[in-house]
Amino acid sequence: MALPETDLLTQPDTAADLEPVTTAPGAKPASRGRVIWRRLQHTPRFWIGGVVIVLFVLLALFGRFLTPWAPTDQDVDNMNYPPTVLHWFGTDLLGHDLFSQIVSGLQKSLIIGFIAGPAATIIAGILGATAGYLGGWGEKAIAWLIDLLLVLPSFFILVLLYPFTHGSWVVLMVFLAVTGWMIMAQVIRNQTRSLRDREFVKAARYMGFGTWSVVRRHVIPNVASLLIIDATLGVAAMILAETSLSFFGFGVQPPDVSLGTLIADGQSAATTRPWLFLFPAGTLIVLLLAISLVGDALRDAIDPTSGVNRA
Amino acid sequence: MDPVTVYIVRRIINYLILTAVASSLAYVLASVGLNPVWQFENRHPRPPQSSIDQLLDAWGVNPSVPLIERTWTWFVNLFHGDLGLTVGNQPVIQQIAVRAGVSLQLLLVGSILGAIVGVILGVWGAVRQYKLSDQAVTVISYIIFATPTFVMGILLMILATNFNNLLGVQVITFSGQYSANAAPDLWSQVWDRISHALLPTLVLILLGAASYSRYQRNAMLDVLGADYIRTARSKGRTRGAALVRHGVRIALIPMSTFFAYSFGTLVAGSAMLEIVFSWHGMGEMTIQSVQQNDINSLAGSTLFVAILILCSSTLSEILYAALDPRVRR
Repeated sequence: MALPETDLLTQPDTAADLEPVTTAPGAKPASRGRVIWRRLQHTPRFWIGGVVIVLFVLLALFGRFLTPWAPTDQDVDNMNYPPTVLHWFGTDLLGHDLFSQIVSGLQKSLIIGFIAGPAATIIAGILGATAGYLGGWGEKAIAWLIDLLLVLPSFFILVLLYPFTHGSWVVLMVFLAVTGWMIMAQVIRNQTRSLRDREFVKAARYMGFGTWSVVRRHVIPNVASLLIIDATLGVAAMILAETSLSFFGFGVQPPDVSLGTLIADGQSAATTRPWLFLFPAGTLIVLLLAISLVGDALRDAIDPTSGVNRA
Repeated sequence: MDPVTVYIVRRIINYLILTAVASSLAYVLASVGLNPVWQFENRHPRPPQSSIDQLLDAWGVNPSVPLIERTWTWFVNLFHGDLGLTVGNQPVIQQIAVRAGVSLQLLLVGSILGAIVGVILGVWGAVRQYKLSDQAVTVISYIIFATPTFVMGILLMILATNFNNLLGVQVITFSGQYSANAAPDLWSQVWDRISHALLPTLVLILLGAASYSRYQRNAMLDVLGADYIRTARSKGRTRGAALVRHGVRIALIPMSTFFAYSFGTLVAGSAMLEIVFSWHGMGEMTIQSVQQNDINSLAGSTLFVAILILCSSTLSEILYAALDPRVRR
């Protein structure tokens, strides 16, 4: 499939020059990492998104201590009840406490997102950089594989792969990573191709460094910023994919719960008992929004000429 | 033949090969993953093995035949317009013929209107950069990105229910494509269809407009400062004419590739919407075929999606060549 040919190459030095950081005379010049961190500190989006993500992670880890109810407990006296002091988010038809169910669903969705997202980025980085650096038949083979996987939208590939998960969310996580790397690999490949002809890479090659050392020491650091952004936004993309699959019954299977299965359970009652739908759906939307805010703030800090802050 | 045509033809052949390979692989995955014997295992009494085999052979999914042979048979029959039988013993191709129109209506109206709205909002946002309207569009598109398609569908259903309750009449209907008891005259029939299509189409429009407007805004910002806009202005063109005649046209060029590449998201989104709004389209067929262990239906509906993507990629190549004067030479 044709992708927009983007040249997102951010050169470490020019990026730092854009916003000179004042340092005491004689002190070491600010490193690229520090420059980016300073820019992030002045971005409200980064703080808002970051705080929300931290809160959600804390909720997933310690939320079960906030309520006496376990996700599997059935409160037979208060079945099908709207939110009360006793059940903060209400209960479902069987008397399950929705708050503790959301805490447990959040756990699963967060684990899947935080592992599958970066895993897809690693695949994209390795295959994209290898293809771009090798050229020739190796590049052709990887490019063809990317095109092949892009023939079907990944939702359909994952539906085809569903019988092979055998109900395990760990296998699902692997499948999510394996079907979610192609577009980033395409971008990394284009970047690496233009890096390959630059003087410092040529110099390293003529000095006799092997392919792997050149890729590791010169190519990866130069595309690292892209990979960091992709890994962050990838977390949101993977949570979105997992919840969509779970909603249609192709993702996380009972007895495991995720935000997607909770939304699916609440769907039939959406108009009559809206809390069953609105709480899990709201949790998911706020979480995804927070992750994309952080991802976007990162993009702007790493490459100030892109995104909303551009001149 | 001129080089552009040669280039486009070569790309199309490449896409055709990819589509054929991907569809065959999908057939293999469906055959290995699904268990066609499943529906007989729970029957009491279990039908005799000979009649089970007879049905499995008729569907071409008998596990005793080697997989490579079954795949080859499916692939050869494909070129005769035969995609096998569903588990309901109906030709898959006939099912597709009935359902394709439903999906295409939703998908085409949604994606075309979404693209138009997105391009307009993107241009508007770029021209009025940082103004309140630009920031409002930005915030709304962020929220749309963070909302899964099926959640957006259900949220609109809740809103529509409240809206109907408020008015006391059923203005918006949202289950199925039409109601069986609508008045027979043409006007009521048309209105009935529109009122059913309103919500799912709206979700697709929002989905498309959110992403297109971001890209169009960026592409437009690249163009706004360009010298040829200033040249057009100094020739005496008004600001609006310079922006539309010279700016929007150039900014649309990178969009033509983006349309194709985001089309897959819309196809997946419309499949989900079919389930949420109980439309009997191709997306519903895909999901039901997995639940019913129907290998031929799953392979057939996957092929349909692959062909849709093939068409959109081809269209975007042609559009690119048509828009970019450097390609035309």
